[in-house]
Amino acid sequence: AASGFATPALALGRSDANTLEQIRSYNNYYEFGFQKEEPAKHAGALVTDDWRVEVGGLVDNPGSYTLEDLIGGLTVEERIYRLRCVEAWSMVIPWSGVELADVLGRIGVQDGARYVAFETVLQPAAMWNANARGMDFPYVEGLRLDEAMHPLTLLATGIYGEPLANQNGAPIRLVVPWKYGFKSIKSIVRITLTAEQPITTWTRIDANEYGFYANVNPQVDHPRWSQATERPVGVGLFGGRRDTLMFNGYDEVAPLYAGMDLRVDY
Amino acid sequence: MWLVYAGTAAWVAWLFGLALVGRLGVDPVATLIGWYGKGAMNLLIVGLTITPLRRFTGLSLLRFRRAVGLSAFFVLCAHLAVFALLDLQSLSRLGVEIAERPYITVGMLAFVLMIPLALTSTDRAIRKMGRNWQKLHRLTYAVILLGWVHYDWQVRGDVVEPAIYLSIIVVLLGLRLLPRQRGRVVAGQK
Repeated sequence: AASGFATPALALGRSDANTLEQIRSYNNYYEFGFQKEEPAKHAGALVTDDWRVEVGGLVDNPGSYTLEDLIGGLTVEERIYRLRCVEAWSMVIPWSGVELADVLGRIGVQDGARYVAFETVLQPAAMWNANARGMDFPYVEGLRLDEAMHPLTLLATGIYGEPLANQNGAPIRLVVPWKYGFKSIKSIVRITLTAEQPITTWTRIDANEYGFYANVNPQVDHPRWSQATERPVGVGLFGGRRDTLMFNGYDEVAPLYAGMDLRVDY
Repeated sequence: MWLVYAGTAAWVAWLFGLALVGRLGVDPVATLIGWYGKGAMNLLIVGLTITPLRRFTGLSLLRFRRAVGLSAFFVLCAHLAVFALLDLQSLSRLGVEIAERPYITVGMLAFVLMIPLALTSTDRAIRKMGRNWQKLHRLTYAVILLGWVHYDWQVRGDVVEPAIYLSIIVVLLGLRLLPRQRGRVVAGQK
């Protein structure tokens, strides 16, 4: 399932990707601070040993999974994806991981399930900013089931073939390349299949600014800034901006939203 | 006084140099814009501290006030220049941003309001304008408030830092509303 998911013109190679150093030094992981360089400084405190993921809701095989239970034996692939942040900067990242669909197959999705809810670990002792005013941790996110089952959607465990750094969401995180980066929740400890659309952290903070879908869309601006262009990270002082692509360039997901008004379901 | 100008110019140049050699992180354009914006706001706040400081402690730094204000304007020019020339790299985009992004509109308004203040910062203008000079330069109060709004409207997540800035600004402006003992007597004699 590795190829055929991106049109050849938009397929990316490692040479297009940001360096590992860039990817590890410029992060949004608010539990470790609001500034981009803070997660790299503080996320070392996160304890990732004996990681468990609680699987529940409308599944055949609920329970507390080790990483080996959850993804062991599944096909690990390298996927070089564009990452577009809602703040209008972007990167290219060579992830390694498994398709979320494979994991959902393993845990057994029941008939009534229509959404997948995810939760980030909460370790207040390690996360100095976890009590930040205006935020409410643990961080939660969600996908519609068909989005979760799409072959582009990954559970990533590495970058450049190396295990994820904590600031990048170790030991396991979601990657949904056609959505703004905040959908790709980090350091997952809970996966719940639900019938109802789950609440997400940013929608709870401001539903006018951050919708459930959060598809990259140059035609639908954030209320406070334009989404038409983006500043690629790592191009230096004179690199400028470039145009943002619909669905971040992953047009193959368009059928998922056929008939929906993406200005309403932003 | 020249120390204020030299210090400001050196700081602006130093940051730009760091960005040039790649020592300002992986997103140097955004980092520069952020630092210059904060720098201008901080200098304005320092400038607004000078009058209450003299009134309540007797310490007069009045001779530095023009240099602080002009330095703030200079840093604000750098802030805008990096945004327009290095980030957007297009005048038409700048026009669209000013028209469509409320926080950019507000920021530009603050910049425009500072232009007459900078232009009337000569001894000659101060002499010629008399009391009107003081009235005109009260625009600084509007500039700092607009500057804060411009900053607050783009923050994502952190609510504490904008709140700290706002409380400092409110205190500095509020101190000016306290009744003036001597001023009242003078007014009464008129």
